[in-house]
Formats: sequence, C-alpha cells, structure tokens
Amino acid sequence: MSLGPEASIKEESTAPVADAADGRGGETAIAGRSLKQIAWRRLKRDKVAMAGAIVVIFLIVVAILAPVLTKWFGHPIDEYHIDQIDPTFSTPIGKFGGISREFLFGVEPTSGRDVFSRILYGAQTSLSVAFLSAVLSTILGTIFGLAAGFLGGWVDAVISRIMDFLLAFPQLLFAIALVSVLPDSFLFFGDRWSRVFVLVGVIGFFGWPYIGRIVRGQTLSLREREFVEASRSMGARSGRILFKELLPNLAAPILVYTTLIIPTNILTEAALSFLGVGIPPPNPSWGGMLSDAVTFYSIDPMYMIIPGGMIFITVLAFNLFGDGLRDALDPKAR
Amino acid sequence: MLAYLIRRLFNAVLTLLVVTAVTFGIFFLVPKATGTDPALLYIGKTSDAASVEGIRVKMGLNDPIVVQYGKFLKGLVAGRDYANGPDVQHCPAPCLGYSFKTDQEVTPLLLGDLPVTLSLALGAAVLWLIMGISTGVISALRRGTVLDRVVMGGALAGVSLPIYFTGLLASAIFVYWLGWLPQGEYVPFTESPGDWFVQLILPWITLAFLFAATYARLTRANMLEILGEDYVRTARAKGLRERAVIGKHALRSSLTPIVTVFGLDLGALLGGAILTEKVFNLRGLGYQALTAIQGNDLPIILGVTLIAASFIVIANLIVDLVYGLIDPRVRLA
Repeated sequence: MSLGPEASIKEESTAPVADAADGRGGETAIAGRSLKQIAWRRLKRDKVAMAGAIVVIFLIVVAILAPVLTKWFGHPIDEYHIDQIDPTFSTPIGKFGGISREFLFGVEPTSGRDVFSRILYGAQTSLSVAFLSAVLSTILGTIFGLAAGFLGGWVDAVISRIMDFLLAFPQLLFAIALVSVLPDSFLFFGDRWSRVFVLVGVIGFFGWPYIGRIVRGQTLSLREREFVEASRSMGARSGRILFKELLPNLAAPILVYTTLIIPTNILTEAALSFLGVGIPPPNPSWGGMLSDAVTFYSIDPMYMIIPGGMIFITVLAFNLFGDGLRDALDPKAR
Repeated sequence: MLAYLIRRLFNAVLTLLVVTAVTFGIFFLVPKATGTDPALLYIGKTSDAASVEGIRVKMGLNDPIVVQYGKFLKGLVAGRDYANGPDVQHCPAPCLGYSFKTDQEVTPLLLGDLPVTLSLALGAAVLWLIMGISTGVISALRRGTVLDRVVMGGALAGVSLPIYFTGLLASAIFVYWLGWLPQGEYVPFTESPGDWFVQLILPWITLAFLFAATYARLTRANMLEILGEDYVRTARAKGLRERAVIGKHALRSSLTPIVTVFGLDLGALLGGAILTEKVFNLRGLGYQALTAIQGNDLPIILGVTLIAASFIVIANLIVDLVYGLIDPRVRLA
C-alpha cells in the first residue's frame, strides 16, 4: 500500500479532498488526477474485477428496484400461498422448491411465501447494512487513525490501546449481545429500519479498528515525508496539513479497505440474522432465510441454496472488485 | 526479557478486567432495557414476591453494579458465598456464579463444554494449516499457471462462502444425499475415539476450508514477496538447489506473518466457534454463549466472554514470544 504517497506527491496541492470517507465514491473518489487515470486504466483491463463491479452494480439496482420488481415478477413478501404447499410435509409441492414461472425462486416451506420477493428485499437490507456500516467504520477509522498517527504521544497510545482492545474482543459474541440489548424500534422508523440502524451501529463500530490501524500506519510514514515538512515550513497549520496534505494521500488505501470491508459486513449481517439477532422476522433477510432452512434442508434443499447462493455471489463480487481495485491502486501489485 | 514478560502479563490482566467490566455493564443494562428481572428468571415467574426478594438478596442483585462486579471478581479469585440468612451456598474459586436459568454452577458447566470446542478448533486448525500453507506455496511457485488460477479462484470462493451455508450444504450432501456420514451428536473422545472422529470430520473440514482459503491467499502473497528478495537471488546464485532455496530461505520467512494470524484465529476459535457449533449442533462454548445470550443468563455470558477473551489475550502473548524465536530480527523489549 505504498502507492498513495508515491503517486500523488506531485499532485498534493490540487488533489480534491474528495469523499474519501464515502465508500460508495467508486473510482472517482481517488485523489490525484493522474493516479485516478492510471488506476482506472488498470482496473478496466482487469476483466475479473470488472465482472465483479458489474455484478455489484446489478445487485444494487435490483435492491433499489425491489418494490417494482416484486410487483412485476413476484408476489408481496408477506402473502401466503398455502396452495403451493404439501400439507403432510409442509414443503413446496412443485419440484426444486416450487420453482415455476409464477414463483421464480420457488416458495417458502410451510407458508408458501414467494422466495423471489423475499430475496430482493433481503438484498435491500443486506446491502444497506453492509454499505452504511462500512461508511461508519471508515469515518471512525479515518478520524481516529489520523489523530493517532498525526498527533502521536498519549493520543496515539490511548487510541492504539483501544484498537488493540477491540480487536482482542470476542466480537461476534459481543455483537450478538449488543444487538439483543438495543431497542427493537425507535424514533419513527419501523422495526425493520430500526434494526438496520442498530446493526449498522454495531457492525460499523467493531469494524473501525481495521481501517484505523491502516490509516495510522500510513499517517505515521507520511508525516515524515518532505512535502509535509515543506508545507509546515511554509507555515501551514495542522488542519491544512491534515486535510489537504495527508488525507488525499490516504484516499487510495481508505477506498480499498472500505471496499474490502463491505463483503465482511454482508457476512456478519447474515450471520447475526442466521443466529436470530439480526433483522427480525417476518422481515426478509438472507441470513434469516438460511436459519429457517435448517429445519427443511434435507427435504427442500432449494430453500437453503438460494439465499446461501445469493450471499456467496454478492460477497464474491465485492471481493473480486475490491481485490482488483487494490491491484489497480497498488503498483507493487502482483 | 523478564521485564517484558511481566509488562505483557500485566497488560493481559488489565485487558481481561476491562472486557469483563464492559460485559458486566452491558448485561446489567439488559434487564433494565427489556424489563426482565434476573431474579424472576432465576426462580420462575410464578413465585411470590417474598421469595423473589430472597433470591435478590442471595444473589446480590440489589447491590449497585460496582459492588456486584467487585463480588464477581472476588469470587473469581477466592471463591464466594451466596447467603440469605441461614441459606448459604458456597461456590469455590474460580467462581463464575450460578446460572440464572438452571441454577447450575457455571465453572464446571463451561469446563464441560470446553472439550467440544477444543476438539473442533484444534482438529480444524491442523487441517487448515496443512491445506492452506501447501496450496499457497504451490500456487506461488507455479505462479500464473492454470493450477495457480484454479487454486486462487477456489480460495477466493472459499473466503466468500459463509460457514452457515457451507455447513448446511456439506451435511445435506454427505449426510442426507450420499449417506457417507451418520447423523448424530458429538461423542467425547474418551468414550469412543472412532465416533468422536466420525462426528467431527464434517465440522473440521467445513471450518478448515474457510480458514485454509484465507491462509492460502496469505501464504501465496508472502511467498511471492519473499521470492523477489535479494537474499533469495543470492541463495540461487551461490548454487543452492531450488529445494533448499525454497525450504530453507523463502518458506521460513514467509511463514512468520502466518504465525501471527494463526495465533489470533486459533485464540478466537477456542473461545467458542459460535456459527460452526450452531450449524453442526455441537454443544461447545459458543453454543452455550448463544443460548445464554438469548435467555439473558448473565453469569454464563460473563463466563464465556472471560474464557474467550483469555484465549485471545494468551494467544496474542504466545504469538509475540514465538515470533522472537522464529524471526531473529525481532527483539523483545
């Protein structure tokens, strides 16, 4: 990750601060025009990464259009279709979990709810949680990492200790505990979005030390560079050095790690929902569907394969794109 | 060296204190937030007010949180008496209290779960180290070939597959469709080593697959970096056979970062592999913790958190010490 400083050293004064803290900035958020172009060219050549990017964009579009798509191709998420269910085994009558022209991904065992619609709405929750918590981790990680690396001394000692401490935590245990303590619904949000924000808070909070460590390390080495010294000797204040000199150079690693933390967050959200502390039923979530599938997977494997496959495809697409982005931004890349 | 060790141990104890304090704080707030009274959980909802109050006094639930935490720490070190007038229950050190739900003593309860988690974690660790490092090394040596691409593609897929999906899929295939493995539950090693092995083989492979994928990627990346170093070129130039270059020079230094990651991963798993245990219905520490959290059973949650955090902290310490042994450039101070 030595590229940030290398590439934009000539550009440091013109580089836009950009939305470094915003994980969704895509390629355009990289500081420094020349670097942006180089990276974009490398990324375009990387077919695997581009494929990942296309799948990611497709999934985002699908999630946004979920209400429309379910109206056209599916059924309301809470509509029961008992006629599709075999009364003796409570499994779908049709083959492969009841997949048919009317029910594209089949129906849920017992209730006969449309799996297609529930998958789409599940994508909505899954992606919003993953994105927002990545943004939260990035903001916290950048602020604390910058503070620790730039200020040094006791600030660094305290922040580093907190990061070590958080990383030494039985995290999943704590996430489960915290999620079950926090209220089910607050303000004017329904229980679905309240829980989404609770999950964002918890996942985002436990994620920041990963980014914080990287930002701190990079800041430590950047701080000693000549261009920072030059800027300081010309009388620049700390604020300017932080935001105009350091942050643009940190944008590349921050962007890469934000992209790579999203798939982890998707997995964590699904894990929490699988364990029954994520999105509360009857709201659809991929992890929740997998947890329901536990009872039925020996007789109706389709109901397990579809949400599991969706998690896999989504996480893989983000990983491919994130890896490609890292290689594009890092000249040392393999 | 001794000063370093003492300082590290002091830090480790401090971390554990903070972890338990935070856990205590969080779960002290649970009953307040959700309106459940631990005393009621302990005794059952039908009881009259007087006996509920008796339980409160006996378990010390009326004390302020700081006092309760202090008593918990004292119990841990010196044992503790739960008393309400003449009704005294002694809990020997290290005392983690009594389960609110079942009134069992927590320490022996968790010690009973430990073998399950230990078997799972250690077995999987052996597998993933072998699988991950060997594929990573081969991939690095055959860089750019079809083999490398296939292996790395598989590893990336492995990183992207959640265990609660692969676990279900694996048992659907090998237990229900192919019938190669029997259905059943964990069997202690002391009871029947054969059954112990048969029941654990699927969880081991599933868990190891996940970690092996990460380790393969890590090993390959490290190996490639090391192979580009000058000293490797020197070793080749002075006429060492390729085998010696790889085995003696490249492999050793590319494995040092793996040691760090391995220590932390194993430490985290020993505190309870919640997801794996849940998927395969293994009654280990993670499973225990999950049930306890769902039932607001504070003493069990505290106990598992303490054990889990201890494993992580100890693993950290061991990693740092071992690091000094395998990498002579690292000096402990």
